[in-house]
Amino acid sequence: MKSDMGSGKAIALHLVVIAGLFGLGFILPEYHHGVLARVMVLAVFAMGYNILFGYAGLLSLGHAMFFAVGLYGAGLTMIHLGWGAPAGFAAGVVAGAVLALGVGVLALRTTGVAFMIVTMMFSQVFYLLTLYFSAWTRGDEGLVIPQARRGLDLGAMRLDFTDPMTRYMLALGLFATVLLLTLGVARSGFGRVLVAIRENEERTKMLGYDTFANKLSAVVLSGTFCATAGAAYALLFGYVGSTFASVQYSIFPLLWVLLGGAATTLGPFLGTLFMYYVVDIASGYTSAYMLIVGLLLILLILYFPKGVLGTVRERWLRWLP
Amino acid sequence: MSFGPHLLLAVLEGLVTSAVLALTALGLSLVFGVMRVVNVAHGEFFMLGAVLAWAISSMVPGYPSLGFLMALLLSPLIVGAVALLAERLVLRRLDYNPEATIVATIGMLYVIQQLALTFYGPEARAVPPPFNFRLQLPWFGYSGYKLSIIAASIVLMLATWFVLTRTRIGLVMRATQYDRETAQAFGIPVDRVYAGVFALGAMLAAVAAVLIVPIQQAHYLMGLDPLLLSFIVVIIGGLGSLRGTVIAALIIGVSDGVISVFFSPTLAKIIATSAVAMVLVFRPQGLFGTAPR
Repeated sequence: MKSDMGSGKAIALHLVVIAGLFGLGFILPEYHHGVLARVMVLAVFAMGYNILFGYAGLLSLGHAMFFAVGLYGAGLTMIHLGWGAPAGFAAGVVAGAVLALGVGVLALRTTGVAFMIVTMMFSQVFYLLTLYFSAWTRGDEGLVIPQARRGLDLGAMRLDFTDPMTRYMLALGLFATVLLLTLGVARSGFGRVLVAIRENEERTKMLGYDTFANKLSAVVLSGTFCATAGAAYALLFGYVGSTFASVQYSIFPLLWVLLGGAATTLGPFLGTLFMYYVVDIASGYTSAYMLIVGLLLILLILYFPKGVLGTVRERWLRWLP
Repeated sequence: MSFGPHLLLAVLEGLVTSAVLALTALGLSLVFGVMRVVNVAHGEFFMLGAVLAWAISSMVPGYPSLGFLMALLLSPLIVGAVALLAERLVLRRLDYNPEATIVATIGMLYVIQQLALTFYGPEARAVPPPFNFRLQLPWFGYSGYKLSIIAASIVLMLATWFVLTRTRIGLVMRATQYDRETAQAFGIPVDRVYAGVFALGAMLAAVAAVLIVPIQQAHYLMGLDPLLLSFIVVIIGGLGSLRGTVIAALIIGVSDGVISVFFSPTLAKIIATSAVAMVLVFRPQGLFGTAPR
């Protein structure tokens, strides 16, 4: 009975957060409006990472490849094949799912430290490939998707992704969808099996669960979410470059999730939002924002390994999903 | 230049890369083997060694040999002290948990990189080589300094091998690597061994960096490539296998040199990185290591 009370509160909390973000869309000043749209898309990336790291307990150091494959899947098909926005978006998402399946089948043969290094290596190969095929990707310099292509014609009306309000609402729509999906996963049997694997894989196996299949599903779901974020990023912000495939973009989601709280549904968003503003404000005073990222990582792992929402849940709000 | 001499040049360049790589990778391998810590900041200790080498040698202008010699002695000591501090302040408090230490060393990577950028700047600077001697081959002249790097690396590797297999310190280290708890029960100060090994690993990277800096300029972002290549070497060579590390460094260094000369450096890295990922997936103990207990 008690958990049912908690579940009501949890769903209400998520709806309040989504409604709050919807309301903010109308009142925020221009600059913060743009920042929040970007943060929501990046939070989808973080939520995808959280599925694997938070729930299944698999620390990947290569998630940049999933974000980037979505980014390139959308960007390259739209620029070189002349695909429209919906087809490009779909291409990005499908590419992410396929890559995640391939990487998962190989990388899940390893565990622990080896898993981290294998994912990092695969991601590095992907990054190098984006540089190697610079004839199509233009490497570091990147590609810009023309403004005219970033829109959707719906009969007489045109949905223009470059318009700030449209962009904000599309980002919110994607964010809300993935947030509620994450909540669903966390409360489902699948989510519970993932947590069981994280806590004790041998015991879970002994209870008769196919741990490999569950972990593989987690990798595919996680990679697909991240690729969705990448494809949305390409459509909404129009830039596709190999920076997004570099090691740094594998570290960021880890940082965001750790900060907000691993295995919490709202933690990734909170972490992304907080980090974005910390870097933003810090870079106003000093160019040394990487120092802050580094120190924060060390301090977090030393003193707050559960992150903000993880600590809140442990101390006060036991029902927090 | 015809194909034969061209190949010889590529192999020589590859051997120089191998020599530096073997030292760097050995540091990573020791830390990984004894402490079970994946030190992502290893490349930054390499970079720090190179940057300090520039700083030290530029304090003695006009005497390149003296400046280089001082750098070769002082830079690893300073880097070792930094590593010791990091180990005491951060890694020990995490109780060497493999996942937590990875996150913490990623943090160190950013901190060290940013400090280097702030205090050293974004420029790439070279250290003058201690001597300018060219070995004249029938087809081309080759830098004597580069050959001396290979020699220095061989000497250092032999010294490490001697310490690991023939001295008491080496015995203590191997005992800790084999079984931490039993070693502690036999009165080995595991805690101090860990601190020493972490500092030693960083110092090996720093020495390698000082050796390379006269031919490759010091830059605050130079740590990433050695880090990835060292990972590759350690994985292919097998954990804690000194022989494996040397053989893998030779394979990776020479093939990197040859592919880079005849094809493209990016392609060389793509091939090496994919190969190593596959080795990890299908033969986790490495090509030369033994299966873990």
